Amino acid sequence: MSETVEKIEIACLVNGEWRSARVYPLARLLDVIRGEMRLTGTKEGCGEGECGACALLMNGAIVNSCLVPAAEADGAEIHTIEGVASGDQLSAVQSAFLECGGAQCGICTPGMVIAAAALLARHPHPGDAEIREGLAGNLCRCTGYQKIFTSVVRACESGREKSPGNR
Amino acid sequence: MEEKYIGHSVERKEGREKVTGRARYVDDLAFPDMVHGVTVRSSVARGRILGIRYGDGIPWNEFTIVTAKDIPGANEIALILHDQPCLASEFINHPEEPVVLLAHPDKYLLEEARRAVRIDVEAMPAVFTIEDSLAKGTIVWGEDNVLKAYHVDKGDVDSAWAAADVIVEGEYRTGAQEQLYIENQGMIAVANPTDGVTVWGSLQCPYYVHKALMPLFGLPAEKIRVIQAETGGGFGGKEEYPSMIAAHAALLAWKSGKRVKIVYDRAEDMVATTKRHPSRTRHRTGVTRDGKLVAMDIDLAIDGGAYATLSAVVLSRATIHSAGPYVCPNVRIRSQAVATNAPPHGAFRGFGAPQSVFAIERHLDQVARAVNLTPEELRRRNFLRKDQTTATGQIIHEDVNFSGLLDRAFKESDYHAKRARFEKENPGATVKRGIGFSSFMHGAGFTGSGEVYLASVVEVEATAEGCVRVLAASTEIGQGANTIFSQIAADALGISYDRIDVAQPDTGAVPNSGPTVASRTSMVVGNLVEKAALNLKNTLVESGLLCDACTEDEFVRACKRYIETRGTLRARAKYEPPPGLHWDDTTYSGDAYGTYAWAVYVAEVAVDTVTYEARVSDFVAVQEIGKVIHPVLAAGQIEGGVAQAIGMSLYENVVWREGRMANGQMTNYIMPTAADIPPIRVFFEEQPYPFGPHGAKGIGELPMDGPAPAILNAIENATGISLREIPATPEVLMEAMAEKAGALV
Repeated sequence: MSETVEKIEIACLVNGEWRSARVYPLARLLDVIRGEMRLTGTKEGCGEGECGACALLMNGAIVNSCLVPAAEADGAEIHTIEGVASGDQLSAVQSAFLECGGAQCGICTPGMVIAAAALLARHPHPGDAEIREGLAGNLCRCTGYQKIFTSVVRACESGREKSPGNR
Repeated sequence: MEEKYIGHSVERKEGREKVTGRARYVDDLAFPDMVHGVTVRSSVARGRILGIRYGDGIPWNEFTIVTAKDIPGANEIALILHDQPCLASEFINHPEEPVVLLAHPDKYLLEEARRAVRIDVEAMPAVFTIEDSLAKGTIVWGEDNVLKAYHVDKGDVDSAWAAADVIVEGEYRTGAQEQLYIENQGMIAVANPTDGVTVWGSLQCPYYVHKALMPLFGLPAEKIRVIQAETGGGFGGKEEYPSMIAAHAALLAWKSGKRVKIVYDRAEDMVATTKRHPSRTRHRTGVTRDGKLVAMDIDLAIDGGAYATLSAVVLSRATIHSAGPYVCPNVRIRSQAVATNAPPHGAFRGFGAPQSVFAIERHLDQVARAVNLTPEELRRRNFLRKDQTTATGQIIHEDVNFSGLLDRAFKESDYHAKRARFEKENPGATVKRGIGFSSFMHGAGFTGSGEVYLASVVEVEATAEGCVRVLAASTEIGQGANTIFSQIAADALGISYDRIDVAQPDTGAVPNSGPTVASRTSMVVGNLVEKAALNLKNTLVESGLLCDACTEDEFVRACKRYIETRGTLRARAKYEPPPGLHWDDTTYSGDAYGTYAWAVYVAEVAVDTVTYEARVSDFVAVQEIGKVIHPVLAAGQIEGGVAQAIGMSLYENVVWREGRMANGQMTNYIMPTAADIPPIRVFFEEQPYPFGPHGAKGIGELPMDGPAPAILNAIENATGISLREIPATPEVLMEAMAEKAGALV
């Protein structure tokens, strides 16, 4: 592969800043974000789109970045976990996870925070079924999800969460 | 001592780093000179290595290649026994046995190279099941395939059968289960003869890795350093296996002179690392017509896989928990861990207890039916109470109140009303509903004399600014160790929680507080944190710088003055067993654990007779765990454990093909999602344990034990089908329902 395929230059608007990288066209967006761009908050859990640890927002939609070829991200607007807080000011979802015990080992947390924020952008006041459905693509092995559901409800009650795309 | 923080849900110490994505796990660490390492594994389950071939088209001269002959010291992963090689040199004993290590800067090329290595093996007969191993037709380990065996004898079982009106027999099985922490295992190593070996990694037990690396490199303790990176879940899966990855990364680093990172991908992590031991338990129980247990004969076997690793200890816990929290004057337990040609099975939350608790709690429902009692009435007549003895002859000194726990669990779950309602509504319904429960205990801390043997040490050190750092090898793996240690230290010193921090576990800087396993971190190590903190305060008091009842400002001033005038302000505490504990390893009798957590769990299920899917629709977990140090963390432990146990009960099925996991992906090994888990309602009873910090007991593993039998008891209540095996997948239910329908025709 390395001998026959040329690297290409891609550029993305990552957390509000244009970033470029020379990568193989089929390199995983996950590896580009974590490797070339050194944004390691996005995690790899399974590499096959099952666990959601690598979730980020691409052009406003939540994607599993392990399944996105780098070439497809050229020109895209990307939001990762690093862009969710404003400086030291946590987002409502992050504060709720911290208060309610939504994070234990923390490895699913970045993807879960992104998924929760995306859910609240779609449904500002989700019911139990919507929360479960909205987070079903993100696996957590520590919490049994109960405290994550509570965190989403808390974030929603605190009402400070803006669309994550607006940050 | 005032409890300003203990009992309150303070903010998780490393919580901010985790919710912002700033926490650094091993794969997030990168260094300029770093290269990547991979492991080339066997392709057959058992055989003799004939040769290794390196295929064409790979620039092999660019690679660092390590085989067994490159190991500077002993080719072993030291644990309890030394039977497991670091790299196979002559014999292969399981299909994922590591044989060759490769390192290169380019990950993509490395993967091609891994596929280009051929290991020629002359296959030998292999063993894949407990039955085949016990049949001893092929001996694959030692002289008889038996990794470990225990005998427990209480009273006289053989004479007791005569007193029984009814004898009930049953056989119960549990499958392997993958820990499935979301962070795959990984290590980074630097190693050379001058400086020794340093590794950073995802791990639970820094000193286990330390112990394994010393003989491998033939280096003294001070030349080996093990540092824990932020760790994304363990559940036992990062108890012993990290020693293997650390050894591999360090060998590649030693030979290449470069920093080497090995991070498994999910597929490799699932197939190669440890899983929960599969088990088979046979019960023969004698009971009087009025439901009193008179004899329990238990025959238990677990599959240990190819090497001894921790199977002896897993078997020990399985054995001790196999008779449940009941009083029976005559108990005989015969247990064995046997070898097969699968990768070694290992530590997983519960550590043998979930297997044997499943068996006894399913079995007692059968016993109840045999004597025409309800499951709860049979248990009430046999519950262990204060001053009575367990199977190992341990006298219970706590005022354990199982009937009270049962009453509360039934009230919270509306057990009786639901049971009546389901009985009325189920006939004719395609979705049958049922409710069931289990009552069980989990011993906290190491078994028997284990804690004395560990002799754990904790230190605390104060700065001139009056901040206090806890130094321990106990790891934060999501359970909240950092937070709990800080709460305990803050209250012991009477200073604010923010003044406490917990050092990163690093064998070069912290004492050995023992492994982060066995529900021991809060109870045993937390107690040492408290003692060490009190010793530190006492040092200040004795030096005349502080009075006993001080303010925070006075404490800060005293630290400053002490350090200015006398230097380092450090204190320590070493484990001492609670008085009166006696354990006899030869007869396997006595005080198996300092204390137990006690619990009753109720599961409600809905079984779809069209799709054969069983779902848990409600779950109530009532437990007595001593003092609750942090309500949110404690509930989080219970909820997470219950969810893992729901996975073990209904979804998580390891498919074996000749000793190899055939479904090593998250797409076909199914763990519960947010859509699969019911509301889990957690209730604590608090009866302080005098030898835990502020009365706390261990709880991490408890919630793994009870759900499986409660769920299968509920399935029996819903459908009349008595399943004896987990996981109860739709395929299993379909067959059982077809069999039942056939029997009715």
